[in-house]
Amino acid sequence: MTDKNLLKSLTTPYQSIPHGVVIFLGIAVWVIVLAVWVALTYGEIVKPMFLPKPHEVLDTTLALAADGTLWEHTFASTQVVIIGFVLSSIVAVPLGLTMGTYRVVQAFLDPLVNFIRYLPVTSFVPLFILWIGIGIEQRVSVIIFGIFFQQLVMIADSARSVPRDLVNASYTLGTRRRETVWHIVFPATLPNVLDVLRVTMGWAWTYLVVAELVAARSGLGYISLKAMRGFQVDVIFMAIAMIGILGLLTDQIFRLLRRFVAPWAN
Amino acid sequence: MLNTPTTSTQSSDISVDKVSLRYGSGEGSVLALDGLSLDVGRQEFCVIVGPSGCGKSSLLYLIAGLEDRTGGMIKVGGRPVNDAGADRGMVFQAYTLFPWLTVKQNVEYGPKRKGMPSAERNRIVDHYLAEIGLSGFRDHYPSQLSGGMKQRVAIARALANDPEVLLMDEPFGALDSQTRHSMQQLLLSVWEHSKKTVLFVTHDIDEAILLADRVFVMSGRPGQILADLSVPFARPRHMDLVMEPDFIAMKREILGLLKNNGGH
Repeated sequence: MTDKNLLKSLTTPYQSIPHGVVIFLGIAVWVIVLAVWVALTYGEIVKPMFLPKPHEVLDTTLALAADGTLWEHTFASTQVVIIGFVLSSIVAVPLGLTMGTYRVVQAFLDPLVNFIRYLPVTSFVPLFILWIGIGIEQRVSVIIFGIFFQQLVMIADSARSVPRDLVNASYTLGTRRRETVWHIVFPATLPNVLDVLRVTMGWAWTYLVVAELVAARSGLGYISLKAMRGFQVDVIFMAIAMIGILGLLTDQIFRLLRRFVAPWAN
Repeated sequence: MLNTPTTSTQSSDISVDKVSLRYGSGEGSVLALDGLSLDVGRQEFCVIVGPSGCGKSSLLYLIAGLEDRTGGMIKVGGRPVNDAGADRGMVFQAYTLFPWLTVKQNVEYGPKRKGMPSAERNRIVDHYLAEIGLSGFRDHYPSQLSGGMKQRVAIARALANDPEVLLMDEPFGALDSQTRHSMQQLLLSVWEHSKKTVLFVTHDIDEAILLADRVFVMSGRPGQILADLSVPFARPRHMDLVMEPDFIAMKREILGLLKNNGGH
């Protein structure tokens, strides 16, 4: 490819670009972020109390990893996210598919779901503490409350968008009405459902940190709050980075899963 | 080269008797079909031709049991139609292959629902894929096929389920004219081998005459049968038939019927 052609493809809307350029740009953005961080801290532009030096964050991370503190809190957070996410999803997926397929279920649930969906989860945290205390159940409840209704609505939407003629064709091939959700709607929406799960997994992390900041004795949100009280800004940075890495990891797992269980939808 | 279809001696396989269909109710309701009757004999290939929006597709959906009629009676194989069922296979204008299944899995979907063992299913898949010339595409997904290929697999999928009748709703409507011609030829040869009862809907008059034993000419809103014409051309038929004077005469007759009953 000549330089002129490359320039043209880079500046054309929707045009795909060479793979090498994609990787280069992906690395470049991180280099820039780190360079700005290095400049601000080693250049003494920002006070160390607000922004830690990169090597301090690294040292703290290595120290906390060595004594097991980092893993203990990472494990605590991951456990809560997974429990909340799984409990929410195993109800939301079948219920959402049924809701999108049967108008009667939709008519029954829609008014309630659309009411609750717009309530800020954070406003329920005090209520949950009052009802459930500050144990793991409270954090799990916050996550479920935060993502369940969103999952329900998005999964119902994708079930509703299954082409009618696909369902009609299946009837003319001997599919019974009560088999429609399992034999047609579920496989037809599987790629979408996995995308919904991937996106809501990210939200689950957000709500976890909210719950941990308010009331918890373990987890990455909890150590961030504790670090704030002790002006340990490097620990806060470590916790944020850890959550980011875990998010990136789960995102990739869902992408791989999608490619594996829904190879037709690329 | 002339022969007369022998429908009178055959039992009728699809019987539509004074069927009406009304969408909505009250002031805004639309009468789509008004007391429409027709019969299709066993192993007969009949084509309904009419302007778009005349209700010909609706009629097919009623026979398939995918919509409920407002009045009248429909029987297939002597049994009243009340619901969709595997005895009435259908090929749609839209692509309706299941995107999550391979070509093979699509074709064996119906037999699998019936609980047929896999060895027998394999035999049926092999047979129909050979018939439509797509044996090499067994493990492809529908997204990897062209439009014409998808409709060939859809025909194979419907036939593999061994229905009593095959309903076809403008199955080649979305294809370019080259592909369309080869699909018509393929459908005729598949039909010669399987000898299913076929009711085919189209707005293309050439297609109707080329394929049919009998052509039903339909008028628009409310839909009614204007004429029931026997097609006298011997089978197997070839594309060149469209240039024969007899063919053109028949086409002119149908065009005349549609023109006189079109815009009212």
